[in-house]
Amino acid sequence: MAEEKIDVNYVAHLARLELSADEVALFSRQLDDILGYVRQLEQLDVENIEPMAHATPVYDVMREDHARLSSGTESALANAPERNSDQFRVTRVVDS
Amino acid sequence: MDYITTIGLEVHVQLKTQSKMFCACPAEYGVQPNSNTCPTCLGLPGALPVLNRRAIEYTVLAGMMLGCETPPVSKWDRKNYFYPDMPKNYQLSQFDLPLCLGGNVPLYAHCYPKDAQKDIARPEQLIGLTRIHLEEDVAKSTHAAGGTTIDFNRAGTPLMEIVSEPDIESPEEAFAYLNSLRQILIYGELSDADMEKGQMRCDVNVSVRPQGQEELGIKIELKNMNSVSAVRRALHYEIKRQVEVLKSGGELVQSTRRWDDDLGETQQMRTKENAHDYRYFPDPDLLPVRTGEIIEKMRSRVPELPHQKASRFVADFGISDYDASVLSSDRDLAVYFEAAAKDSAAAKKIANWVINNVSALLNEHDIGINDCPVTSSKLSALVDLVESGELSNNQAKEVFSALFDAPDAEPDALARELGFEPAESGEIEAFVDEVITANPGKVAEIKAGNDKLINWLTGQVMKASKGKANARQVGDLLRSKIN
Repeated sequence: MAEEKIDVNYVAHLARLELSADEVALFSRQLDDILGYVRQLEQLDVENIEPMAHATPVYDVMREDHARLSSGTESALANAPERNSDQFRVTRVVDS
Repeated sequence: MDYITTIGLEVHVQLKTQSKMFCACPAEYGVQPNSNTCPTCLGLPGALPVLNRRAIEYTVLAGMMLGCETPPVSKWDRKNYFYPDMPKNYQLSQFDLPLCLGGNVPLYAHCYPKDAQKDIARPEQLIGLTRIHLEEDVAKSTHAAGGTTIDFNRAGTPLMEIVSEPDIESPEEAFAYLNSLRQILIYGELSDADMEKGQMRCDVNVSVRPQGQEELGIKIELKNMNSVSAVRRALHYEIKRQVEVLKSGGELVQSTRRWDDDLGETQQMRTKENAHDYRYFPDPDLLPVRTGEIIEKMRSRVPELPHQKASRFVADFGISDYDASVLSSDRDLAVYFEAAAKDSAAAKKIANWVINNVSALLNEHDIGINDCPVTSSKLSALVDLVESGELSNNQAKEVFSALFDAPDAEPDALARELGFEPAESGEIEAFVDEVITANPGKVAEIKAGNDKLINWLTGQVMKASKGKANARQVGDLLRSKIN
């Protein structure tokens, strides 16, 4: 299998992170090392092992559909940098 | 050159649950902004989401009604993106193991727009579904000049996404698909699925390609259609636009366009250059669900579907296919009809009344059938009075209007109050004789076999009696006197 590289600049953009050129070089090397480490798993024989949907073998953790009292508007907005008519206010974002 | 249109729909449906998808905040609207919130639906760090069982059951039920498969294990994933309506920067959704796979939506004639029902290219076509998954709705943003304001009451409420295959070939089929889907969801009591209230929302993917070309054309996504008919209008506009671009030698770009219903046009929002890469990965906070027990539980909740109800109405009540499909297309109207018709010998007439007189008066008062002041049993009693000849159809209409305002009154008492006495048979006979004498030519034609003219003569008698006579009795009387 061809060795996959992580495009750090692209991933940083997706995560909205601004990285310096030095950081890009550093993280590229570190992430490639991690991928190489994880790649060891490819050598395991998983022929008869069922894929897991989750790391913990626990299923069906659900709650009944009962509504409870919420925290309320004041509590929600307590840390809002700006508010307007009981709502959070942020810089205008274009509809997308 | 002719062009082939290919359409696929993504429909989001709000489920009728008491609480949100991952927390116990009430799932209700029209309350103070941000009042139904907690650390989980505000996306605060450290909050633990827990699955709402009913939302999962409803989605599985939707799948059963639409002929989907449900995988034995279903799981939840994070869909990563940045937008202020989703402050934890990912939406909890389902990626590779959704609750439902496959299935289809049937396009029956009555689901099409009225003006298109006579000319259906693919009668009773089944439109394939790719999948149905469950996710959380996002907050509601309001954009104003000074900034965007955000209300998190909707954030985290259960949202079911139904994705169709690109199997739809015209705006009319898209219209029928949405209508059919909506009817089925209402029958299942999962959602009120009202597009104008945002309970059902639809994104459309549409492409065109020249006849004979194998691969699909450039896909363009349409957003912001607020009704089923707006989807049809937007598609008509967009297909024409795409074909014109291609015909004039232009090139289409994969993009998202917004429908402006007032201007009647689509406008470009963004192109593929900044298309999303969501980097889905399994959500570590939510555990997978085994669906076997849920499927067993929901099996008994699968209702009679609209087309099944229509067939049964035809078989049980002898009403026409058309009447049956009109009645069954609205579940509540069907329930009302059936309650009125079940003990009546005049089911056909009751169907006619429900579709015409009752619906017209409801429209006039702008109320739904569930708020109809005249109960189904009163309607049944009223139609019986027409059948037995005590009231003419026109008189019965007046009694029905009066019942609307005095729902506690009994139809027969109200008829007497309005002065509607059954016409004396002697009086009617006199009118019949008069009409026969006055129209010797028509009478001769009837004798010669033109039976249809009986209706015309009946009309004359009805007019002479000022609507008091019962049309069927008049017809019988005319026949016996002429032949």
